[in-house]
Amino acid sequence: MTLDQPKYKTTDEVDFVVIGSGAAGGILAKELSGNGFRVVVLEQGPYLTEKDFVHDEIKVLNQDLLTNHPELQPTTFRKTPQDKAKPQRALVYGRLVGGTSTHFTANFWRFHEIDFIERSKVGPIPGATLSDWPITYAELEPYYTKVEWEIGVSGQAYASPFDPPRSKPYPMPPLPVKSSGVIFERAARKLGWHPFPAPMAILSQPRAGRSACINCGFCLGFGCEVGAKSSSLATAIRMAEKTGRCEIRPNSYVHRIELDANGRATGAVYFDAQRNVQRQKAKAVVVCANGAETPRLLLLSANKEFPDGLANSSGYVGKNLMLNSGGVTTAVFEEPLNDYKGFAVSRILHDFYELDPDKVGFHGGGGLDARFDMTPIGFALGSLPPGSPRWGKGFKEVLSHNFTRTCEIFGHGTSLPVENNSFSLDPDLKDAWGLPALRLTYKDHPDDLKLTAWLYARSEELVEAAGAKKMWAPPVQEQQFAVHLLGTCRMGNDPKTSVINSDHRTHDVKNLFLCDGSSLVTSGRGQPTMTIEALAFRAADRITALAKRGDLPA
Amino acid sequence: MLSAAAHARQAAQSELLAKFEFFSAEQAVEVDAISARILPTTDTPGAHEAGVIFFIDRALVTFAKDDQKIYAEGLPELQANVRELFPSIAKFSAATPEQQDQILQSFDARSAAATGARQSRRGAATPSFFETVRLYTIMGFLIDPDSDKRGNLDGVGWKVIGREREHMFQPPFGYYDKDYPGWQPNPSDAEKTKS
Repeated sequence: MTLDQPKYKTTDEVDFVVIGSGAAGGILAKELSGNGFRVVVLEQGPYLTEKDFVHDEIKVLNQDLLTNHPELQPTTFRKTPQDKAKPQRALVYGRLVGGTSTHFTANFWRFHEIDFIERSKVGPIPGATLSDWPITYAELEPYYTKVEWEIGVSGQAYASPFDPPRSKPYPMPPLPVKSSGVIFERAARKLGWHPFPAPMAILSQPRAGRSACINCGFCLGFGCEVGAKSSSLATAIRMAEKTGRCEIRPNSYVHRIELDANGRATGAVYFDAQRNVQRQKAKAVVVCANGAETPRLLLLSANKEFPDGLANSSGYVGKNLMLNSGGVTTAVFEEPLNDYKGFAVSRILHDFYELDPDKVGFHGGGGLDARFDMTPIGFALGSLPPGSPRWGKGFKEVLSHNFTRTCEIFGHGTSLPVENNSFSLDPDLKDAWGLPALRLTYKDHPDDLKLTAWLYARSEELVEAAGAKKMWAPPVQEQQFAVHLLGTCRMGNDPKTSVINSDHRTHDVKNLFLCDGSSLVTSGRGQPTMTIEALAFRAADRITALAKRGDLPA
Repeated sequence: MLSAAAHARQAAQSELLAKFEFFSAEQAVEVDAISARILPTTDTPGAHEAGVIFFIDRALVTFAKDDQKIYAEGLPELQANVRELFPSIAKFSAATPEQQDQILQSFDARSAAATGARQSRRGAATPSFFETVRLYTIMGFLIDPDSDKRGNLDGVGWKVIGREREHMFQPPFGYYDKDYPGWQPNPSDAEKTKS
């Protein structure tokens, strides 16, 4: 925490309370405070900094140093609304200042034009609530560029023939290539595909007082100890603090938004670190709590006027959840790749971004990346070939041989929105604060499963062309664990089939805005954070314009 | 005769032995012997050299407190298994490595079946003693040696799997990227991206 931070009283009516400090919340805090507004950011998790980001796999991964804890915040899962949900860990997200951007892979693909207008292009799809966005790629393009330059994305512009248009190149060159990337690139070229350097939200050069990546190898799942990963913590939050108008208040678990007699939000009600209830007053509320917690908060805030959840006149709050389809093929090569060094991904391809349903027999599209995102313990427990010895000399041999020689091809794809797929409140289970737990309901659209199988087949072709000694992939299975949390308060022009308008304002409550993965109308091809951040920059502009013309209540 | 280094090492280990926080010295010898079969000493160090026993001991009074019972109940069960298979052998650590492997194979199969039975009754599996020791042996062998968990002594576990114990790396990283000439567009793309 910097000394520049103001300390507001809960009774001070600040201009904005921003709930959540992740990919979207960080940027909204930075932009709104930068535009002269007084902002309080309420973050349910702790305020950790670089010195806390250790390489201890047990502390970070097994004990959830950075993530939602299954004992404090248990969850349930069911496949369909007809099923009774069972207690099971259903999702993971970053629960700390900086949110999930603190520990993500940092794949920073822009969405393409098609992602915004897919419904018009392909027509209705049975079983899916596919819709066009109320905005286009062209409208969002300047904000993608803003993310690349202000937050820090490395990459090589104009390298992929499938890339959408861009107004500016990347601000810095791509990260160095890994052995997995070279193998991927050579094999893909053999097959006539178009591999290119992965755009990554990780610095390849020192920038804005931050270090370049030191290739420590503890990246996915870990916080960056040198601030090279362009998390909200390392970027937007620090910039927001420097304005002197933004207070970051960690350990503040918001569980209710209340309305006044005129139907306007009055601020946010939260548990502080001692679990005392506090009320932060604000002129307007911006919820950026992620695609699971944002709809949960609205559902928890049900009142007389909105018995089914705040701002839920559409009935769509929590629904149309998309997790992204896809899967991992693991391959072992003759010589050491030493892919444990560095960040996860250095090469990707987008040849399959838009597949022709008439040719492949399903709707969807995706991309492939070459990666190694395993740390030693996780590797030993989960990344050896099926049928390997589980202990003894044979186990030690395969472990010792494979650790440096393994990489993965990750297929990432679309999820079609399905109305029943949702986050909702579990009727029985409660969290440690006594609040209803999150319930995940999910059954992949049949086309998503077909796409996953199709992407596995392409990954297999690629690995074969690369001359791997061994490869394997799990069977295609319906998902029951959520990482990408998309579409649950979707944006749209029609208040009957969407929760927010294109200004991120809820259709129902005039001073309540939502911006995070829940805003997305379609799932893209598997890498949502870049789009969430572009939307956050755009939302900040829209909200600022509304406030400046007096369209936000005082 | 011991070399000076080996002597120093042995001294350091006996000092550590005095500092067991959960196990008795006797129990520690048995658990050490089990983990030494899970990751045996071969031409490279194994669980014993990596000090896995100290990691497990620390785990059982810190983050894995809940597993104390599994050890307390599992060790006597294992010893009963030893006497059943080899009536002349008093305890696991006294058996030859080959006998130990045989005991663990039988124990692993037996506890897998027992876990299955427990699972069907309660809906959730309680990990068996052997599975628990296996998990903690792997963790103790490969944990960040700079952590406070006492495992992966001197980083030997990382050495065994080929992970250099450095905090920063520079490219080239591996065999396939060392002669990489730099990214070039596909010849056919060069035309497309110009437009």
